[in-house]
Amino acid sequence: MRSLIDIADLSVEEIDALIAKAEDIIANPDKYAEKCHGRKLATLFYEPSTRTRLSFESAMLELGGSVIGFSEAQSSSAAKGESVADTARVISCFADIIAMRHPKEGAPLVAAMNASIPVINAGDGGHNHPTQTLTDLLTIKREKGRLDHMTVGCCGDLKFGRTVHSLLGAMSRYEGVDFVLISPEELKVPEHVRTDILKARSVAYRETESLQEAMPDLDVLYMTRVQRERFISEADYVRLKDTYILTPDKLTTAKPDLSILHPLPRVNEISVAIDSDPRACYFRQVLNGKFIRMALILMLLEVE
Amino acid sequence: MLIGTIVDGIVIDHIPAGRGMELYGYLGLDKLECEVALIKNAPSGKLGKKDILKVNEVIDLNFDLLGYIDPHITVNIIENGKRVEKRHPKLPEEIHGVIKCKNPRCITSVEQEIEHVFKLTDRENRVYRCIYCDTKAK
Repeated sequence: MRSLIDIADLSVEEIDALIAKAEDIIANPDKYAEKCHGRKLATLFYEPSTRTRLSFESAMLELGGSVIGFSEAQSSSAAKGESVADTARVISCFADIIAMRHPKEGAPLVAAMNASIPVINAGDGGHNHPTQTLTDLLTIKREKGRLDHMTVGCCGDLKFGRTVHSLLGAMSRYEGVDFVLISPEELKVPEHVRTDILKARSVAYRETESLQEAMPDLDVLYMTRVQRERFISEADYVRLKDTYILTPDKLTTAKPDLSILHPLPRVNEISVAIDSDPRACYFRQVLNGKFIRMALILMLLEVE
Repeated sequence: MLIGTIVDGIVIDHIPAGRGMELYGYLGLDKLECEVALIKNAPSGKLGKKDILKVNEVIDLNFDLLGYIDPHITVNIIENGKRVEKRHPKLPEEIHGVIKCKNPRCITSVEQEIEHVFKLTDRENRVYRCIYCDTKAK
């Protein structure tokens, strides 16, 4: 029995197999409509997350399974002080697989260590969110037709953005991928990402503060939000905030086949004027999230 | 400086200078009834200075913990006043229940029953990280 806690738990071959399965689900949805008939997914969400929870739930429903669970800690036994370990043991009696979101880092791992059914980490604080990374990878694969030999730009908050760290970790395992890291000085990737991923794997990367300077080189642009509270100096925030807002004029030098991704929710970092540009992939990305979660549920439940 | 000779016991030698007291606490030597000596800043050919712990009783040692403090530590087992065995700890793959994760966002910060476990992630630089939140041990 396997769980998925960290994207690094999966080999490149397993990720490729999941992507292939998701593409087959997209091509042949009827084939999968009853694959999980009689199976239950428990969504244990200790903090609100509309998109991820509904994505998991719709994934299970489209596989013919059913869904139980809670969507905030207050409506669960956690409010009475039950430990994550005990909750995992109890839910193992009711469901076949768990998707857990928790504000504390490592809670899904604790659940996986105590459950007798597979556990999927649906986000643990600012730590891991492996199904978001799988979503990003499926999106890049579908948009570009490949996951190797490309230049990926990551823009915005690269210091606290867990989705960026996971994407760097996952994409750096593919051949010929180089990165342009676009952020203000205050929000550059942390040292452990630089040493444990980029330098350890001899990945080609460069850092810049200018999105416009980087734009012509990019095959993929992964946007994240620059939040005011991350800045020590208000003056720096005011000086830089608009630099990282993607507007149509900033795309004039972009490649015609650029793919723009965003983990969402978007606030203002991508202008709505971009939404109609065929290079904007972020809503297709949401849909891909459902398909890759379907593939993952099948894999963890060992359903062919 | 004179310390009484051990008849049956252990000598933990080549402790990095300044870490003897930390090891004394980790090993729970304060709870023993027998004689225990901590020698700080003893001269050392290899290290310049070192700490030494002498325990006048043979006790079970957590070698993973010793290896975590420093794999160059030596443990001498003394019987009838003579050294009968010299052991070296290895850098452990995991440390259980000794060092605590200090990350306030870690699940271990709110659930007291969870055992704190750290995993070796970089052998060369002896980096250990919490298995739950990946925070580096300090």
